[in-house]
Amino acid sequence: MCLAIPALIKSIDGKEADAEIGGVTRRISLWLTPEAKVGDYVLIHTGYAINVLDKEEAEETLKLFEEIAAFDEVEG
Amino acid sequence: MDFRGRLAFTTDSYVVSPIFFPGGDIGKLAVCGTVNDLSMAGAKPLYLSLSFIIEEGLPLSELSQIVDSIQKTAEGAGVEIVTGDTKVVNRGSADKLFINTAGVGVIPKGVDISGNNARPGDKVILSGTIGDHGIAVLSKREGLSFSTKLESDCAPLNGLVEDMLKASSNIHCLRDPTRGGLATTLNEFAEQSKVGIRIEEDRIPIREEVLGACEMLGLDPVYIANEGKLIAIVAAEDAEKILEAMQANRYGKDASIIGEVTAENPGRVVMKTCLGASRIVDMLVGDPLPRIC
Amino acid sequence: MKYISEFRCSELAEGLIHQIHRKSKTPVRFMEFCGGHTVTIFKYGIRQVLPKAIEMVSGPGCPVCVTANADLDKAIALAQIPDVIITTFGDMLKVPGSRSSLQKAKADGADVRMVYSTMDALEIAEDNPTKSVVFLGIGFETTAPTIAVSVLQAEDKGIKNYYVLSMHKLCPPIIRAILDSGEVKLDGLICPGHVSAIIGSHPWEFISQDYNIPCVVSGFEPLDILQCVDMLVTQIENSESKVEIAYKRGVRPEGNQQALKLMDEVFELCPAQWRGIGEVAATGLKLRKQYQRFDAEVAFEIEPGPACEPKGCICGEVLRGVKTPLDCQLFRKVCTPQSPVGPCMVSSEGSCSAHYLYGGDFGGQNSARSRQRGKASPRAYKTKLC
Repeated sequence: MCLAIPALIKSIDGKEADAEIGGVTRRISLWLTPEAKVGDYVLIHTGYAINVLDKEEAEETLKLFEEIAAFDEVEG
Repeated sequence: MDFRGRLAFTTDSYVVSPIFFPGGDIGKLAVCGTVNDLSMAGAKPLYLSLSFIIEEGLPLSELSQIVDSIQKTAEGAGVEIVTGDTKVVNRGSADKLFINTAGVGVIPKGVDISGNNARPGDKVILSGTIGDHGIAVLSKREGLSFSTKLESDCAPLNGLVEDMLKASSNIHCLRDPTRGGLATTLNEFAEQSKVGIRIEEDRIPIREEVLGACEMLGLDPVYIANEGKLIAIVAAEDAEKILEAMQANRYGKDASIIGEVTAENPGRVVMKTCLGASRIVDMLVGDPLPRIC
Repeated sequence: MKYISEFRCSELAEGLIHQIHRKSKTPVRFMEFCGGHTVTIFKYGIRQVLPKAIEMVSGPGCPVCVTANADLDKAIALAQIPDVIITTFGDMLKVPGSRSSLQKAKADGADVRMVYSTMDALEIAEDNPTKSVVFLGIGFETTAPTIAVSVLQAEDKGIKNYYVLSMHKLCPPIIRAILDSGEVKLDGLICPGHVSAIIGSHPWEFISQDYNIPCVVSGFEPLDILQCVDMLVTQIENSESKVEIAYKRGVRPEGNQQALKLMDEVFELCPAQWRGIGEVAATGLKLRKQYQRFDAEVAFEIEPGPACEPKGCICGEVLRGVKTPLDCQLFRKVCTPQSPVGPCMVSSEGSCSAHYLYGGDFGGQNSARSRQRGKASPRAYKTKLC
């Protein structure tokens, strides 16, 4: 549940960071994701990063969808 | 001055907070809002009245800034502010500044624009990106602070409407999607004209920043206020011509045909989603509130 | 928008939809527990594109909807105490309690402020040292850690006027309670993606092991839901029952250990009142003794008055998946987003709100029902002609 969206960490200041989504920037807290680095995408929920997005898994999932779509075209 | 035609007369009050927001202020909003109300009826806006209700303690420098903004906006729109009034009320009796306006214009002969006029087969044209004003204002509200380069789209649309009418007289409906956004205005048309309206999500122009802010706050861009956009419902055969005329105007450069009027589902607005499925787009109730879930 | 737009791609969606249609043979009923999933399903018309053999039912995963009247009444009573500033997520403002709502209390002079984050609430506390700032803690395991952090930060910074009214609830135990009630027969569960980002996927294993129900943890974009349904159908057709993660980019099987640690530091289990379900043991969170000074229920004398449920409201049954909003006598006739009777119509994640705003089964099974439009437009057009 709970709305959480991927945002890019632009800069880190102690336990806080500036994260950007679609050109909009917001100060967020990294208390729950101390391992986050600049350049990571994090899931932001109510101003807190709740997880670091796994970019490789994201690409894998999209690749899987593309394979399914390609197979679907063949199947007609 | 040719006064032949019907007289158009409007009034409105402006209570926006904060009174200065990215891309504008309450004064600019008051002039544009009034000019646009008249333009949406097909009228050429001519004269405005302006009344201030000022909360005691409002710095004179701020008031001066707003008056300058009003003058600049009125000049740019080609309208005259011919009469006005000022009242000062005790601290706490108003939120810094409220502005009331009235506006008078003339609808030229042969122009018949009304919310009742939409017909099945008509095309729906949106003059540009949605949500800019609402998100720009929201970015300054306490408790929601996020930073963005986004500015309000607050603008006078009388020039744009004039260009559209020059291209074709087959403009059936015009309205600016202010409070309640695109969704509410389309619903109003559907109800008043007793027709269905079908739009495609992919064709609605939206800035990435608006999408980003809406995603973050859990808002739906179709409900966010706009102050410099219009929706036109026009005869299908003239749609491309009108679109071209709009795109040639600075306030219509992102104009897009977003849908059409149908006989099915009268009174309803239906949107085709990216999955090709349909969903109803209802009217906004109350204010759009950011959500966490 | 990166990692959002790609998961809304219509071409890729088509491939997934056709795959589901090819695989699906057995009639099944899947529940999406989470209100965020309910919104995606209705907003994109997912029910319309699935095969008829798949029935979808919405569960009670909307933390606003399951907040009991008694708890809401406490929040409103707190709002009415002098020098108290209530800070709350926007979701709670319009929910009707037994006699009022936070929005009405605000109109009557209470200081109620909407915030996006507890970070904003802490700032309000620092800016108003003579007032008491109470944060209304609603939400499941996704949100509770953020409130835990706010308490630890208040302690770090020596903020003495910040309090929390904890109404947090936990998901896995309530799902067990619903399954034990036997009211709804389920063939698969779409597990909440962001709750799982915190708690991981292991807490859902009891569902597949003890109840033999396939579970897949899903993300919130339309392609995520489609992928999740595809994986559930695959399990069903292979007679399997296990927990899988579809939302691999956002969820690890072990969850977010740091978040779980902080949550455990600040909160302990307690019974919770669930609207429509009643009191369920060990499904709520309250502040531990060492953080009691931040607990609004300890710091203030709250007199909410007797709680009562609105007559005719079947939010409870809708939440448990036993009835749909279309079965409710009040839906659309009396209960609308403009004048909601129950919380399922207020919260944008609520089943009733989703049905109302997105047309419910428009284009689907119940599209024959006519819609009554009662109220006038919220903005009357002003230009007068003479």
